[in-house]
Amino acid sequence: MTDAPISRRVLLASVAGTLGALALDRAGMAQVPGRAPTVPPDPTKVPGAPLSELGQRSPFERPRRIAVGSGQGSSLAPLQDLVGIVTPADLHFERHHAGVPTIDPHRYKLLIHGMVERPQVFDLNALKRFPAVSRLHFLECSGNGSASYRGIRPDLSPQLIDGLTSTSEWSGVPLALLFREVGVKPGAKWFLAEGDDAAVMSRSIPMEKAWDDALIAYGQNGEALRPEQGYPARLFLPGWEGNANVKWIRRIEIADRPFMTREETSKYTDPLGDGTARMFSFVMDAKSIITFPAYPVILHDRGWWEISGIAWSGRGRITRVDVSTDGGKQWEPAELQQPVLPKCHTRFRYLWKWDGRETTLRSRAVDETGYVQPTLEQLRNARGLGTAYHCNHIRAWRVQGDGTVVFGLEG
Amino acid sequence: MRGTVAGLVLALVVGGSCRGEDGAPYGFGKAATPADVSAWDIDVMPDGTGLPPGSGTAPQGAAIYAHKCAACHGPTGTEGPSERLVGREPRQGFPFGSDPRLVRTIGNYWPYATTLYDYVNRAMPLNAPGSLKPDEVYSLVAFLLWRNEIVADSAVMNARTLPQVLMPAHDRFVVDNRRGGPEIR
Repeated sequence: MTDAPISRRVLLASVAGTLGALALDRAGMAQVPGRAPTVPPDPTKVPGAPLSELGQRSPFERPRRIAVGSGQGSSLAPLQDLVGIVTPADLHFERHHAGVPTIDPHRYKLLIHGMVERPQVFDLNALKRFPAVSRLHFLECSGNGSASYRGIRPDLSPQLIDGLTSTSEWSGVPLALLFREVGVKPGAKWFLAEGDDAAVMSRSIPMEKAWDDALIAYGQNGEALRPEQGYPARLFLPGWEGNANVKWIRRIEIADRPFMTREETSKYTDPLGDGTARMFSFVMDAKSIITFPAYPVILHDRGWWEISGIAWSGRGRITRVDVSTDGGKQWEPAELQQPVLPKCHTRFRYLWKWDGRETTLRSRAVDETGYVQPTLEQLRNARGLGTAYHCNHIRAWRVQGDGTVVFGLEG
Repeated sequence: MRGTVAGLVLALVVGGSCRGEDGAPYGFGKAATPADVSAWDIDVMPDGTGLPPGSGTAPQGAAIYAHKCAACHGPTGTEGPSERLVGREPRQGFPFGSDPRLVRTIGNYWPYATTLYDYVNRAMPLNAPGSLKPDEVYSLVAFLLWRNEIVADSAVMNARTLPQVLMPAHDRFVVDNRRGGPEIR
């Protein structure tokens, strides 16, 4: 199959107006008025541009987040424009509850107190002086995918469905090191993580996560955190819902019980069909989405196409991704692109020969615990229709006879 | 959680297993002073830990609400445009999982009254977060609890009474039972 004539010349559908208020700035190859570069007839016959202190994207590439809401809203990463597993920091999804604060790194402090022997204040230089680690992990808002759970529309792109997930290399100090430094007292079970933003964001986190793999992160993809991602330092909890990864962290208080903040009671809880609501549902279960082909691309030609997407699990490594090209009747394992890392986006690929007929494409992730990404029906049966977080069911794309692709779940 | 900051003097001497390569603490931080802690320690727990002195009632809160909250949450807490605060429907059961049309409010969904103090104090109003005095926060909490038919309009909310308020949704929350593996939960 290696000599298959794969063409990825993708014709982008004109999406202006089709997405209403969410007007998809899916600019990929689009020319922006007034910003078109001067292109010489033959680049080998004129000297090129000089050196620069700061690199820029090619003016022909304009990937963009889509913002929903303002300071209290979110913005979605353009999954369909990304290759590999890493999200450029300036395209990492955002979710803020009271805007992005401006914090002077020279005045930044992290206070750790409560059930500790030695309450301490760490400035940024102190945090950076501790032995550090760097790890590749996804970060995902627990509301990601809810647009595909009910009230589903055909004109949903990967960005609009699952754009609230991103993968970065995160660098920082293991929280366990800081907790050993302050001396945690016996009986400590939870800690409060609190941000320095106008929401003074606060979440209670079980101590086990600190001893396991939590970080105080100050680096993202080789540089300082972006302001939107918590500059100068944030809590990072690999595999756990985004909101608990408190940005701009300024205070940690250790206690013997949870604090029951607004975000862990009235928000980020999951009503269930049995008349209860699940709380402290931190882990993001296994999920996958095909990012190509997907709305709004048009397959201009039958023949070989490479289906590609991302899979991830908050419980560890992805062990398998199955792809179905016949509406879910048959499933074949996709190729998992290395590296396959725990709690990290994994790129999968599957070579598919389209015969020009209408069909539906699906992907199904399996993680190292044996968890299999459920169908929409399975998830609704387990939780009910009213839940709004942790919607990790199988996504589908309907390839129509004319080559247009639309989101393929209904209901 | 004010009140847990005693014993700072023990710092540097006892306990802990923090060690660098040579077995000693790294010592990169500074001892937190009581002032460091009290400046930032604003959280309030369900048993009332962290609640400051002060008090307020619903009538007092109504005036503050009209001035500082109604523009976003509506004159009675139901109109928006921002989050709806008031509502007890449905009176029976807790069918939020099965009925996506239901709007979650303080009255039908919040499990702890103390969370109301904590949140209003830390994050409201949106254009001036952290600006309310304890008496104002207690008053607004009393007003919102009264509007949700949880306390009487004469009820005085303070550090002693607020933790005793039992919210309608108090018993509805369960811990996460998802564990990975083959089961879909």
